[in-house]
Amino acid sequence: MSDTHWRPVASREAVFCRSEMQREIREFFRERGVLEVETPLLAQAGVTDRHVHNATVQIQPSGSATPLTRYLQTSPEYAMKRLLAAGFGDCFQLARVVRDDELSRRHNPEFTLLEWYRIGFDDQQLMAELSELLVHLLDAPAATYMSYREAFKLALGVDPIDASQEAIAIALNKHEIDASIAGQDRDTLLQLAMSFVVEPSFDPDLPTFVYNFPASQAALARVNEEDPGTAHRFELYYRGLELANGFWELTDAVQQRQRFERDNEARLADGMSAQLIDENLLSALSAGLPDCAGVAVGVDRLLMIKLGLDNIADVLTFPFDSA
Amino acid sequence: MASYSTNEFKGGLKIMLDGEPCSILENEMVKPGKGQAFNRVKIRKLLSGKVVEKTFKSGDSVEAADVMEVELDYLYSDGEFWHFMNNETFEQLAADSDAVGDTVKWLVEQDPCTLMLWNGKPISVTPQNFVELEIVETDPGLKGDTQGTGGKPATLSTGAVVRVPLFVQTGEVIRVDTRSGEYVSRAQK
Repeated sequence: MSDTHWRPVASREAVFCRSEMQREIREFFRERGVLEVETPLLAQAGVTDRHVHNATVQIQPSGSATPLTRYLQTSPEYAMKRLLAAGFGDCFQLARVVRDDELSRRHNPEFTLLEWYRIGFDDQQLMAELSELLVHLLDAPAATYMSYREAFKLALGVDPIDASQEAIAIALNKHEIDASIAGQDRDTLLQLAMSFVVEPSFDPDLPTFVYNFPASQAALARVNEEDPGTAHRFELYYRGLELANGFWELTDAVQQRQRFERDNEARLADGMSAQLIDENLLSALSAGLPDCAGVAVGVDRLLMIKLGLDNIADVLTFPFDSA
Repeated sequence: MASYSTNEFKGGLKIMLDGEPCSILENEMVKPGKGQAFNRVKIRKLLSGKVVEKTFKSGDSVEAADVMEVELDYLYSDGEFWHFMNNETFEQLAADSDAVGDTVKWLVEQDPCTLMLWNGKPISVTPQNFVELEIVETDPGLKGDTQGTGGKPATLSTGAVVRVPLFVQTGEVIRVDTRSGEYVSRAQK
């Protein structure tokens, strides 16, 4: 280990840029009357998501005979929805979150999410607001919009919702991507295509929104009634980075429970353990979540773009390996 | 049979691919926020030397390649095999021409070399970064030239041909960088 290992990785300029960006984000939402909130990092339940993994900690508060397991939150979504159900109204948060099993030039296991919820908005309105924020923070050009179907047809020549898995695999193989690694799982096949063919085809200089993701990848978004194979989930890509994921939120507690249970079945089939379902969230949905849309944006990646850096470590004072 | 999960992938790890031992050069995790993670891996095939890119689904396992590196002294060649010896155990290993490849022109008797072994059998031989070899043939150059304006070719005792400055003559021993195949200096006596 070198004797400079104690030193911060981010430059002072990068740290200053982060504080300026956080100030601008706070101003942006203050002007719009959106309340800044804080929610816990430690919670009694995590997520059931097949591909998002909670890290856990053992904590023994005084008065407890044994250590308790707490889940480090992968996003502040569930807690913020409980605030919304309690009538707090529009809210945003700059939240430190933790995801297990994610470390790369674009991932640090702990990172900062900007997450916000707008009551009465649908996914289209929220995308427009996020686009305004990008112009504000990054001087980005106006965003371009395409549906998940359009994005796949343009890049791969197949319809991701209607085409057979075989047709998608053939299209992928033409791009020299070995589709067989996806096995029989349609969503894995689509994610392989998205990661290695569709997403790389986007103009890196234009913020690109992709909306109406497949209903099988909806997570907490409501299904699109006009096109039931899809859901009101969107993602934002810019400069080769995935920047944001948003939903026109599902408010139906029964449907949400079914999705969590299906997640757990898929986890068991993948050889993982089932996760505790967050009953507090489901109770909040049962009590009534107002119609709203919400989005989570990776703040560290915004900074990477702002500073022209291609390694997330360079925007972090002490990234995972030197923390 | 030993195997590695993609989670263990990193530069230098030796895995089997299409029946050939390979070394991982670069490993990049590609993960959509709410999707399956993949590993995009740049791999050198150790027999053919080819560099290929391959995508794995994160969490999948691949067979480990039984590849190790040992440092041995070069002894001699019998025409078919090149013989090396471990200086401590005096154990000997023979490498064939596929394993020795172009390195043959940098093999100096008694010099240590790095041998890569797959299942105990040599598959490549890497010489030291610098070797000293005698010039067996070169045109007489102009006297007084010390800069070597482009130099001239010189054939070394192993058959290697290296560009040398004009003032260096047949019979002299020179130091060569085996990585670039370039002349460095006259050998220090």
